[in-house]
Amino acid sequence: MTEDDIIARLKENVIQGRKNQDEEGIDEKLSGTPGVVELTRLALEKNILPEEIINKALTAGMTVVGEKYSTKEYFIPDMLASAEAVGEAMDILKPILEAAKVETKGKFAIATVQGDIHDIGKNIVAILLRGAGYEVNDLGSDVATEKIIDFVKKESPDYLGLSALLTTTMTEMGAVIEALKDSGLRDKVKVLIGGAAVSDEYAQEIGADAYCMDGFQAIKELDSF
Amino acid sequence: MAKRDIISLIRENVIQGRVAQDDEGLDGGMVGEPGVTELIEKALAKRLDVRDIINKGLTEAMNLVGQKFEQKEYYIPDMLASAEAVGVAMKLLEPYLAQSGIKPKGKVLLATVKGDLHDIGKNIVTILLRGAGYTVKDLGNDMEPHSIVNAVRAEKPQFLGLSALLTSTMVNMRDTIQALEESGLRDKVKVIIGGAPVSEEYAKSIGADGYGSDGFQALAVIESLTST
Amino acid sequence: MPREGILVPNPYVRITDEQVQQIHRASLQVLLDPGLICFSKKAAEIFHSHGAEVTTASSADHPHWHIKIPEKLVIEALDSAPKTVKLGARNPDNALIMRGDEPRVYFISGSETNIWLDVDFPAYVKKSDSSIEIQVPEFHPRRATVADLCQSAHVCEHLETLDGYIRTVNIQDEDITEDNKDVNKFFASLNNTTKHFMSGLTKLEQLDNVVRMAELIAGGKEALKENPIISFITCLVKSPLQFVEDTTDTFIEVCRRGLPTVVSSSPQAGTTAPIKEAGIMAQINAEVLAGITLGQMVNKGTPLLYGSVPVMARMDTLGDSYGSVETSQYNIDCVQMARFYKIPNYSTSGVCDTKIPGQQASIERLFSDIVVTLSGPQYLHCAYGLLDCNAVFCLLQAVLDDAHFQMIKFFLKTPRINQQELAETMKQIKEVVATPQKLYIRYIRQVMRSGEISAPYPFEGDGESDSVFALAYQRMNELLAKPVEHIDPDTTAKIFREIPGLLPRLNVYKEGK
Repeated sequence: MTEDDIIARLKENVIQGRKNQDEEGIDEKLSGTPGVVELTRLALEKNILPEEIINKALTAGMTVVGEKYSTKEYFIPDMLASAEAVGEAMDILKPILEAAKVETKGKFAIATVQGDIHDIGKNIVAILLRGAGYEVNDLGSDVATEKIIDFVKKESPDYLGLSALLTTTMTEMGAVIEALKDSGLRDKVKVLIGGAAVSDEYAQEIGADAYCMDGFQAIKELDSF
Repeated sequence: MAKRDIISLIRENVIQGRVAQDDEGLDGGMVGEPGVTELIEKALAKRLDVRDIINKGLTEAMNLVGQKFEQKEYYIPDMLASAEAVGVAMKLLEPYLAQSGIKPKGKVLLATVKGDLHDIGKNIVTILLRGAGYTVKDLGNDMEPHSIVNAVRAEKPQFLGLSALLTSTMVNMRDTIQALEESGLRDKVKVIIGGAPVSEEYAKSIGADGYGSDGFQALAVIESLTST
Repeated sequence: MPREGILVPNPYVRITDEQVQQIHRASLQVLLDPGLICFSKKAAEIFHSHGAEVTTASSADHPHWHIKIPEKLVIEALDSAPKTVKLGARNPDNALIMRGDEPRVYFISGSETNIWLDVDFPAYVKKSDSSIEIQVPEFHPRRATVADLCQSAHVCEHLETLDGYIRTVNIQDEDITEDNKDVNKFFASLNNTTKHFMSGLTKLEQLDNVVRMAELIAGGKEALKENPIISFITCLVKSPLQFVEDTTDTFIEVCRRGLPTVVSSSPQAGTTAPIKEAGIMAQINAEVLAGITLGQMVNKGTPLLYGSVPVMARMDTLGDSYGSVETSQYNIDCVQMARFYKIPNYSTSGVCDTKIPGQQASIERLFSDIVVTLSGPQYLHCAYGLLDCNAVFCLLQAVLDDAHFQMIKFFLKTPRINQQELAETMKQIKEVVATPQKLYIRYIRQVMRSGEISAPYPFEGDGESDSVFALAYQRMNELLAKPVEHIDPDTTAKIFREIPGLLPRLNVYKEGK
């Protein structure tokens, strides 16, 4: 395979949402052929630059996926599969990017607040953000406020996403923001909140930087920051 | 049985809608007791005043039934059963009306027009009109305009009711009215029309005298057109 | 005399007996591989002590255990789980008796929403002709309060078709805290309805308080056992296949006390369960069986309901699509599984995706209400008044729902076709055909008055314009104006003395009210 072939195939597999060679993909006939993981490794073996891989295959692929989504040819499950595949590719590329000091779009820490175990939304956002080129640290669910503060202190993420489903637990979001202020960390990180119980008004009320109705809105907000 | 009693019983049985002795009536458990038919026959045998029978036995009863209907205690099936009982009574009293100086309220001919066999509405109207004291002759269904004209000439009714269910047959109402005009009979009878496809506007457009959206409205229109 | 509900003589079955067996076997396999992920230490210990294979998984923050549940334990549990469950009520005539093998359906309200929808009817004027004015319903959402909960219990008390009451709103008053929410929720509801009351528990620590409250109302510990006026919904499961710590611990405590509770699971096909019907069924059945097994291990013979709230995901947002056809299909499958186990089924219908009452709401609700009722679940929580999945409660909608449930119940009445009826009507036929008018109308009268003829749609109006909302709104206010039987003064006083955290304004006998 030539370099161009590999890039083209990689882009195609991103569009098909094929993580690896076992995946069927949307068109189904591709089972057994190399997926994103195999092709990314192959690309690196052939000394194709990571930036090339990202721009010409991963980002280019996601752009096509985005277009198909807006014309309603692709739905969320399709976008998620593609984003997940890109996430896997980024995991492989990460050490090389770090060594080459290439910057990711940003570091995004995400957590469901203390007392709340709901995480479907958070998990979807994590996948989408990874697929969009952010470095994502998922702290999990029912995460103690102190643990979130510790992480922000140690790892200095650019963004902190907080999720809650219940009216009883959303108050923790306010507590996290207060704790950030107390630790002198508030202005070092942008806080975005999401979840069924919260809203724009609530984000303003507790002093968060943004409220995001879903993962796509989160990506838009991040682009605007 | 005292005179008063029979009339009270007639009134009671009209309210119960009991035509004959094997009728259960509204309250049930009255099977075997004389119904309106038997009671009228008895009343006539006792030579009771026909006027009394009608006013105190039948009309008062129907007024009470009407009140119960207003108060939603009686529904249409109840009214119909009572009207039916009155109709049966009036039929039995018919030969005696003239000698008592009672003029029937009026005579109504009813017909379903040519090409149309539907008659539920017409049948209900028959019962209601009879229950209101009119003499009613049902000419039948699928009636040619000239047959209707012949009947009007022979029977000399005050009212002619025409019924149709289909848009394809309602045009025959126009034809019938035209036939009446051509025979010089149009001004001798008031024509009322009814049936699903027709309307107030249609009645006006064909030169009918009235329109009834259902049996009760038809009765109301006819009553309002009845000169006292 | 318990409530009658409605018996569904020939319940609609969607899957064959063979398919039921296949799902059952697949679930047993799932319970072994991959098995359960359990975040409750207590539950893990109980499983372990009964011979399930329990291994500790590492996680400093959220310890959890992997549990493989052998078939033997499940079968034993299915054996000991009561096949008849009684839910009591303040008014004993409102008790519900459910047999797992009898498709007698009770209709219940529920579940807990955050938003209450107020309705008013402002007048609008036509732009091109200002003499024409119409009234249009407008809906105003706001956060629900304990006063709303009282109101909804009050209306539900008078809704003819509603057999039991599940709390409809989440009370969010300023003075409601995590510590006093349960006692106030239970009291507000029990004080405004004499029907059975079922609810989730926010905090395990409050269990003793609400049980004590119920004992005081029922007339003592023994009386409560005989007449369990309260029961619980415990969502132990976070799909897929995880037992959550706090609700599992609550479930264990409720089972220990022998109070009826629902083993509930709510997987979403496509996200937290496979998108294919076979998959979500194998999973949800496994999840519920695991819960039933745990419950019977905690207290053999404790009353449980097989709880199923499966739902489909919608493809444009991956949110819940309760209005989807698949959701009804999954629910019916669960009814069949529960019937196979002869355990009373807590089923779901009537939830819709739209946010306000209207055409879409009516269609989505009526569809699932009809098909799921026809499958014969014992305890159907059918979303009286719920909109926007479970986010919104609207009293007006509850009144509308009652109207169509009357139709559904009427539909299921036993047909009266027998020799006697035939003889009677054949006599009528002969008589009527002999008359000139040939009308059967006079024979309507008796039947009309014995309740054997269905009533026309109660919110019909004059047919010229759609006056359904306005008429339903009138009806709603009529129901609100009807008095409700509060708990007697003595018992109320006892409750306010013994139970901590009750809001004084809920005491209807307090001076100055």
